[in-house]
Amino acid sequence: MAHSSTKKKPVGKMLFMGVVSMALYAALLSNQDMVNGTFGRGGLYAFLPITLAFVFSFVHGQFTGHFWTVMGIEAAKKKKEVK
Amino acid sequence: MHDVIGTAANFINLDTITVLYLFGVGFVGGLVSGFIGSGGAFVLTPGMMSLGVPGLVAVASNMCHKFPKALVGAIKRAKYGQVDVKLGIVLGISAEAGVLYGAHIQENIKKAFGDAGSNLYVSVAFVVILALVGGFVLRDAYKTYKSGNVLEEEKAGKLARWVQSINIPGTMVYFKSLNARISVLFTVPLGFATGMLAATIAVGGFIGVPSMIYVMGAPSLMASATELVIAFVMGLGGSFKYAMSGLVDIRLALIILAGSLFGIQLGAIGTTYVKPYMIKVVMGLIMVIVLFSRGLMIPVYLSQLGLIQKLGDGTAGLLKTTSFGIMIAALLLGAIIVLRAMMQGRREEKLRLSEGALEHGKI
Repeated sequence: MAHSSTKKKPVGKMLFMGVVSMALYAALLSNQDMVNGTFGRGGLYAFLPITLAFVFSFVHGQFTGHFWTVMGIEAAKKKKEVK
Repeated sequence: MHDVIGTAANFINLDTITVLYLFGVGFVGGLVSGFIGSGGAFVLTPGMMSLGVPGLVAVASNMCHKFPKALVGAIKRAKYGQVDVKLGIVLGISAEAGVLYGAHIQENIKKAFGDAGSNLYVSVAFVVILALVGGFVLRDAYKTYKSGNVLEEEKAGKLARWVQSINIPGTMVYFKSLNARISVLFTVPLGFATGMLAATIAVGGFIGVPSMIYVMGAPSLMASATELVIAFVMGLGGSFKYAMSGLVDIRLALIILAGSLFGIQLGAIGTTYVKPYMIKVVMGLIMVIVLFSRGLMIPVYLSQLGLIQKLGDGTAGLLKTTSFGIMIAALLLGAIIVLRAMMQGRREEKLRLSEGALEHGKI
């Protein structure tokens, strides 16, 4: 049997990160006026959009990574390593 | 600070269709970026502008989605052993300088010749660079395909071997992707050119990846993966610069990011299934198709500058629509090739694994 079918899929992790990611996006879209007003001020406020981009990339990146694993789409297993 | 407040007021209203559109373009752009290390930006920026986003806000928001996307892609591809972090950082820092200089040139051209002059400069840069580099990349991919050596490990070409043979004391650095030491006096101008191109046409990778392959001698897979590190370094610095002026619409950046993180993971996985020359095929094809798209716009800008006979509104509109359509087609074609190559690779792997299991059963 192929190795992939025996490996446990990260369904729980995917669901958790998915919920957190959705909550972050819901918060962003439901507070657009505040976000536009604060994050677009410039100057030292520049740290806000940059920090937010890092936070979303971590949470949503984890979710999307687990998503493809759960869907059974993973990297090739016996590919010769590139040197 | 005054125009900063004005800019915040210029952020567009988002409806469901807009959100879905940005998510979709983000996904396709991410898929291509995960595979060839760059791409997507040339559609995203005009795509946002077509929604009514001011040009600078579109450029800034695109950049602010690019660096976290590149970070996720680089981490993913580093797991496959494809990233040369040192080379990415060295090139990324000089690329950052190139971005600043490129933006400065853009500003001066805009001041001297207005929007049409600036657009003409961008389009001519697109056509000339993409014709030279894209044509070369595609020709090389075709030669590899015709030679039947698609499975062979890539070797550094003549130019790269020469670059690697030059020893300038005090400037030599070892890079694992090249398995050689090269002088930073070569990497600095190449990184700078990558940054300048990123500031001009938004896709620095069209110079960065081919220069890593052909000038430095990196394998295609490592070059495209390392480009993601360059994109992260460049994108982070550029985004901060734009955010200081209040130009980043973080909502747009994060919605595009939502789609592109699905895409970039898939594109990165795809690289583990395909033959290395496929990176060159996808990159070369996209570059050559985009060249035609931008080429169509040159008469429009020449007409706006009064350098040729004025085009009718209908003709100019048709050229603009066709140009944008061709760009979307280029990105979609790239995505289709990536998905097809990946599906084929997965089928071959399944077959190999099942044959292996059968052999094992016999023993």
